[in-house]
Amino acid sequence: MAMSQTKMAVAEADGVLESAVSTRNISKNYGEVEALRDLSLEFPRGQLTSLLGPSGCGKTTLLKIIAGLLEPTSGEVEVNGSKVTGPGPDRAFVFQDFALLPWASVIRNVSFGLEMRGVAKSEREAIAERYIREVGLAGFEHAYPHELSGGMRQRVGLARALSVDSQVLLMDEPFSAVDEQTRRKFQEDLLGLVQNENKTFIFVTHSIEEAVYVSDQIAILLPRPSRVSEIIRPSGFRNKGVDNIRRDPEYLDIVDEIWASLRTYVE
Amino acid sequence: MKLFGYRLPGMSSLIIWGLLWEIVGQLGLTFFVPPLSEVIVTLYEVIQTSAFQKALFETAYAFLAGVFFAIIIGIPTGILMGRTRLLDELLLPWVNVFLSAPLTALVPVLMVLFGFGMKAIIITTTLFAIWIIILNSRAGVKQINRSLVEMAHSFGASPTDAFFKIYLWAALPEILGGVRIGIIRAVKGVIIGQLLISIVGFGALFELYSANFLMGHFWAVLIVLFALAFTISEFLAYLERRVAYYAAKR
Ligand SMILES: Nc1ncnc2c1ncn2[C@@H]1O[C@H](COP(=O)(O)OP(=O)(O)OP(=O)(O)O)[C@@H](O)[C@H]1O
Ligand SMILES: [Mg+2]
Repeated sequence: MAMSQTKMAVAEADGVLESAVSTRNISKNYGEVEALRDLSLEFPRGQLTSLLGPSGCGKTTLLKIIAGLLEPTSGEVEVNGSKVTGPGPDRAFVFQDFALLPWASVIRNVSFGLEMRGVAKSEREAIAERYIREVGLAGFEHAYPHELSGGMRQRVGLARALSVDSQVLLMDEPFSAVDEQTRRKFQEDLLGLVQNENKTFIFVTHSIEEAVYVSDQIAILLPRPSRVSEIIRPSGFRNKGVDNIRRDPEYLDIVDEIWASLRTYVE
Repeated sequence: MKLFGYRLPGMSSLIIWGLLWEIVGQLGLTFFVPPLSEVIVTLYEVIQTSAFQKALFETAYAFLAGVFFAIIIGIPTGILMGRTRLLDELLLPWVNVFLSAPLTALVPVLMVLFGFGMKAIIITTTLFAIWIIILNSRAGVKQINRSLVEMAHSFGASPTDAFFKIYLWAALPEILGGVRIGIIRAVKGVIIGQLLISIVGFGALFELYSANFLMGHFWAVLIVLFALAFTISEFLAYLERRVAYYAAKR
């Protein structure tokens, strides 16, 4: 907590935040469909940025472009100052549909990223075990994905992304498949991760409350062709403790404000 | 199957057919069907002859070699077809043609090309088995969850890693199904090869026995062949069940 306050203070004193990821003038067309148009956005290091916007506005597309899984029609992405040309060890992806290997046990799934990076079996399993414990799945190392609940599978996906120790974590609606209680627990855990891991998080969500609850920065995307319409940086309530955020007047104001600007697109 | 409330073990129906066979045989209706008991006695004798053992060896050799090539060529071809559009469009029509073509008619062409020996028999066997293996491997890859591929890519999987650690496993239930059917077709292929190309192996035995009206011997060898094919196919079905736990959840 203390460290994070210092981080904030330094950042605010400088007036600018160092970007871990920048997207510049990104456009993406799928044939006739123009998904993104001239989108530019900075993702400050060590912080969590949410992408919030109506369904089909191109959030997944943007995330996959940052991941290097999709190529933009024009524009470029920089991660730590170098141009993205494909997937790299500096980024890890948490998939909305988990993307677990159904034929592999939890521990093999979690260590898959390390396996691809050529880490020796005993070493990667030791690392995987640690992250399995960290996401609360101790005892399920040798279970198979079909034996787990949706929430547990999501944790496996999260542990896999964490275990490769990338600086940037790309999360595509990671909590959409879990029930409300689990979702709140995950949100609290995520805040803990952002505090402790010193990683840059890029987080896609549909939920305004969720975005305001977990984010240092919220980018609101407009419907197709998508640009950033607004950037909101909640700052006042971040350090008041996880239990108080939802009661904080600033939290409630921001939720209302975002709803006001998004509702026109829903009607 | 249940009879008077008792659970009968699998394949009990074979006993009924066996009995029927025995009765028809004992009635002496036709020389073509000797009693089953006689066939079994003959079977026991035949198995010990060196002619049979030589035939078994020759057939097993051609069969295993043919199946080996069908698998080793068929699976990668199918997977590559499932992955690359161009290759798929080039090869798919041919695969479909050969799958349904009367391959027996091609055997004389193979003889011209590859001679009258073991080589032509092995190629015939492979040709009988390979198409369904290709088609099933292709289907297995086609249904793969895109996000597994993206996941592997995002963690930096090399093409070889992706092939052995994602595509092969994801397609495994279909591949095993294809191999099972392919092997049943290979049994047909190897016998047809042995009958048409050069009279060796079981093909030679069939030829010899039927030409001399040794129906007991004929049926005995046929039973051996059925039993072998059945065992292999059941073994593959067992493997298929082993991967069934994830087949529905890819
Ligand atoms: N492979 C594709 N081919 C053609 N069009 C696509 C493809 N992928 C996405 N699109 C289109 O691009 C737009 C943006 O899609 P994207 O999946 O990025 O939206 P999203 O913001 O993630 O939506 P959601 O919130 O529903 O997940 C959509 O209108 C979609 O129809
Ligand atoms: Mg999406």
